[in-house]
Amino acid sequence: MTDRLLIQGNEAVGWGALNADCRGFFGYPITPQNEIIEWFAREFPKRGRAFLQSASETGSINMVHGGALTGVRVMTSTSSPGWALMQEGMSNLANAELPCVIVLVQRGWNTTRHAQTDYTSVTQGGGYGGYKTIVLAPKSAQELYDFVQLAFYLADKYRNPVVVLSDAILGQMMEAVELRNPDFGPLPDKDWAITGKANHKDGNRRFSSIGQGMLPTPKHPNLCAFWGDYKNKIDTIKKKEVRYETYLLDDAELVLVAFGYVARVSLEALLAARNKGLKVGLIRPITLWPFPSETIRDKAKKGATFLVVEDNMGQMIEDVGVAVQGQAEIHLVNALDRHLPIEEGAIYPEKVLEKIEALIK
Amino acid sequence: MEKKWIAGTPRLWRDIPVIIPFCPGCQHGTAVKALCEVIDELGMEKNSVLVVGIGCYTMASILVDVDSAMIAHGRACDIASAMKRIVGKDTMVITWQGDGDALAIGCEPTIHAAARSEKITTFMINNGNYGTTGGQLAPTTPLGQVTTTTPFGRNQDQGYPIQAAEFIGSLKGVAYTARGAFTSPANYQKTKKYMKKALEKQRDGVGYSFVEILSTCPANWHMSPLDSLKRVEEEVIPLFPLGEFKDVDKIE
Repeated sequence: MTDRLLIQGNEAVGWGALNADCRGFFGYPITPQNEIIEWFAREFPKRGRAFLQSASETGSINMVHGGALTGVRVMTSTSSPGWALMQEGMSNLANAELPCVIVLVQRGWNTTRHAQTDYTSVTQGGGYGGYKTIVLAPKSAQELYDFVQLAFYLADKYRNPVVVLSDAILGQMMEAVELRNPDFGPLPDKDWAITGKANHKDGNRRFSSIGQGMLPTPKHPNLCAFWGDYKNKIDTIKKKEVRYETYLLDDAELVLVAFGYVARVSLEALLAARNKGLKVGLIRPITLWPFPSETIRDKAKKGATFLVVEDNMGQMIEDVGVAVQGQAEIHLVNALDRHLPIEEGAIYPEKVLEKIEALIK
Repeated sequence: MEKKWIAGTPRLWRDIPVIIPFCPGCQHGTAVKALCEVIDELGMEKNSVLVVGIGCYTMASILVDVDSAMIAHGRACDIASAMKRIVGKDTMVITWQGDGDALAIGCEPTIHAAARSEKITTFMINNGNYGTTGGQLAPTTPLGQVTTTTPFGRNQDQGYPIQAAEFIGSLKGVAYTARGAFTSPANYQKTKKYMKKALEKQRDGVGYSFVEILSTCPANWHMSPLDSLKRVEEEVIPLFPLGEFKDVDKIE
């Protein structure tokens, strides 16, 4: 039997990282993710793993770059304004094809309260160059624990940064977490690691660059050669790594689309609506990029109407729009529909149900 | 094609398939040569990692035959700090930076790595301007110097140059700082000695070590190579004196 702990979502991140054999954490204080950096400060040094508090989030992401260069698993966590500071570093990590994990505990724009206002920034790649990062959106402390491990696996598999998108509610909430050990399968050797020639089987130097295609290498003699390879990587991820959950989708006339804590809220609304005989379903994207566009499009072709529920002013709705390609009506429940019209407010199932009833009648 | 070896080329200087874009009379190439020799003489070739920022000197990342990484402008000390804490004491982690890279955009990583007493070594080349981008004001530009962003000469409105070797030496976590130049064979040897000592401080786990290296920039100073050397001797060295500013074997 595996151990179970009653812990905060933020602490679940730490346990997940430990179980994934993460070797280095680099972070800077920012609400509401402070329990994460404090967890690593407490738990990592005594296990002989690296913990370092940076002087800014720009510092954190570059320390992650340094750690990733050595070929071990490293990560950072932050909240929205810190995430903004990390964008240059994210671009560099993607260009240099270095695996790492970033946990983003969103806050509401620049308040210290909860929200889902960084959807667009994480899914579009907020830095320069047009890179992409896989974005995993957990809905519970258990999934924070699970997805941090999955994130490390996917980062190593594709040599690309992976983002786990949490928020203040998931981070602060305490839930039971089962410390399970998923087996994702084998990964290639990190023969590219920058650790000194003595550590390489062939004794030859290794070179890593944030300017792939600029300084010529045999693999990428020019920029377009690198772009071609990177595009292939993006296309492979889009084809192979789309993850989502559905509830009662088959006969649904109205389909809710929601991620993170709002997916739980939406599920409650869905169950209440079903009790009233309303044919409502739910698509919950687990990967926000790559986005489950095909599943949404299939449903749109069958004549369903969509209700996007998200705790921001409407960001994921644009991806749903691209997915349905004008073939379905799309409605929105957003942060202005919170139970209180203030930053402490949240989207409640009642509000979602109200909207469902208005749309089906 | 058979490799042609030119006399005086250091063993660790790689033969690369592209033109090395150092201007005639620029001393970045001399600095890379010194670095190759120092690493070789200390026997650190197999356990050194070079972390190279963005500037004219970025070519060092493919010129020196050790593991290396070309990384973000200004963040070499952040990246090197994390690397060192993971690879451990037996691997030498060296940052190769310019004055804009280490002192302007990279001021935060440089100072904090020094304050944390990171067991890494920074070699910072100071040519008094941003060479790669066409010669703009740098944190080390002397008063009066004309740059493309101080077209009438740097005046007090643009502040004063930073004497990095002295000021970084004032931090407790620092084991060693020095400033060298390549204006003469004697200075070349002295600078190499400083670079060696800095790496020895890292090897012995004492603390952060930093060597500033003065360089000419004939293209952006609009001077001939010889006049540039003369300027370093007559104008730059009086403002940035050569020598060692901190040298301790233990930090307590």
